[in-house]
Amino acid sequence: MSESQVPSDLRYTKDHEWARPGGADVPIGVTAFAVEQLGDVTLVSLDVKVGDTVAAGKTFGTIESVKTLSDLFAPVAGKVVRINDALATKPELVNEDCYGKAWMIAIAPSDPKEVAALMDASTYRDHIKAAAH
Amino acid sequence: MTEPELRRTSLYPEHVAHGARIVAFAGWEMPIQYTGIVDEHQAVRSAAGIFDVSHMGELRLRGQYSSHVVDYLVTGDVKKLGDGQALYTCACNERGTILDDLIVYRRAQEDWLVVCNGANRTKMSAHFSHAAENHCDYEDESDKTALIALQGPKAFEVLSAIGNADLASLKSFHFRDAVLAGVHTTTARTGYTGEDGVEVFCPWADAPMVWRALLAAGAPLGLKPVGLGARDTLRLEARLSLYGNDIDETTHPLEAGLGWIVALQKGDFVGGAALRQIAQGPLPRKLVGFEMVGRGIARHGYLLRDASSREVGVCTSGSPGPTVGKNIGLGYLPAELSEVGTHFLVDCRGKNIEAVVVKTPFYKRPKAGAK
Repeated sequence: MSESQVPSDLRYTKDHEWARPGGADVPIGVTAFAVEQLGDVTLVSLDVKVGDTVAAGKTFGTIESVKTLSDLFAPVAGKVVRINDALATKPELVNEDCYGKAWMIAIAPSDPKEVAALMDASTYRDHIKAAAH
Repeated sequence: MTEPELRRTSLYPEHVAHGARIVAFAGWEMPIQYTGIVDEHQAVRSAAGIFDVSHMGELRLRGQYSSHVVDYLVTGDVKKLGDGQALYTCACNERGTILDDLIVYRRAQEDWLVVCNGANRTKMSAHFSHAAENHCDYEDESDKTALIALQGPKAFEVLSAIGNADLASLKSFHFRDAVLAGVHTTTARTGYTGEDGVEVFCPWADAPMVWRALLAAGAPLGLKPVGLGARDTLRLEARLSLYGNDIDETTHPLEAGLGWIVALQKGDFVGGAALRQIAQGPLPRKLVGFEMVGRGIARHGYLLRDASSREVGVCTSGSPGPTVGKNIGLGYLPAELSEVGTHFLVDCRGKNIEAVVVKTPFYKRPKAGAK
């Protein structure tokens, strides 16, 4: 995995979500590794709306490719403050730009320390190396 | 319980060299995709694709009574076949439900080849072997027979490029012996994609020679290797049944929309009495094609519900249809809900998403010369 496929400024979960700390809220998406495993993404269903609270490790939607379906897990607890509506009509954004245009939801974390406690890039790189074998 | 060892076809090194993602399928390590399911699917619709389907089973019956044995085990009337002709059919049990779907090839009056699904090879081999006992010679040739499918509108251009232009004269569901890339093959104008093309049987060890020659000659025409993932989306758009999904030992061919492969009047065959009985009455349920109306993708095993959310059936196949541009599926519905245009619900993991029964096939290839 190259640097660009696991950006250093993000935090990661074992289920291959990323979270972007440092801003007013924390955008969440799925990693390049997850996208590679899924193949062509054909449907993103976000089952939360702005104002909902999510619990860490609970599903907030599903992502489907031609062959498979995966749950999306909230990396941290908090309130949903933004939702990327573009994914409803353009699921292919996930294949094109998983760390940018294909952010899924943004969370205002209940406890900002939870974000810092997620895997950093180098730990996540080791995690996917293990997952690939 | 220990997992049985997975087997590899003689083309396995070719798949790895082409960057395939390999999965376990029917006891084999097979390529699920190379460049991506949608990309491979489009290649077959617009140019051509090459598939390794060597995991399929090849059963050979020879001798004076071989035609009778084959005819007794399958639902189609093989007596109508001439030499070099093939028939899509199925084998049923005494209850009339489906043991496997098959293609039967008549090489000669006393020489028959039956091709069965890879996942059913052991079962079907035992079934045919048992019936052949004391009547004709039987051999399971699966281990020594490789099978390569070449499918798509440019399939015959590819064959022409390796010196087999004459194969274009093969009629649909006909076959002949042909030398491809120096390899002795039996080449049939059959397939499982909804496109024109051929399926090529050859000796196990020779398959890489045929594969490489076809790919080298075909790549400039847009030929790509295609994995099982796109094979499934291609066959679904063409509404070709997948054994284990759409048909199995709990379904009979009449409700599966396969009445056309059952020759009820042909004389005695396994399952014939049961099927004649079933054909007397109305069918309680039917396998229908449907399109999703709401945002959702139906998957194998999802429940189907009526407008009042009552469980009424099950989805047997479902996925996005890359060529038709819709999320499509097949499923069993009660007869009264099986009319084209009927709306119902697909339970997508707890979410009821609207769907509508549509005419099938979802995709029909343009007629040759209609461009």
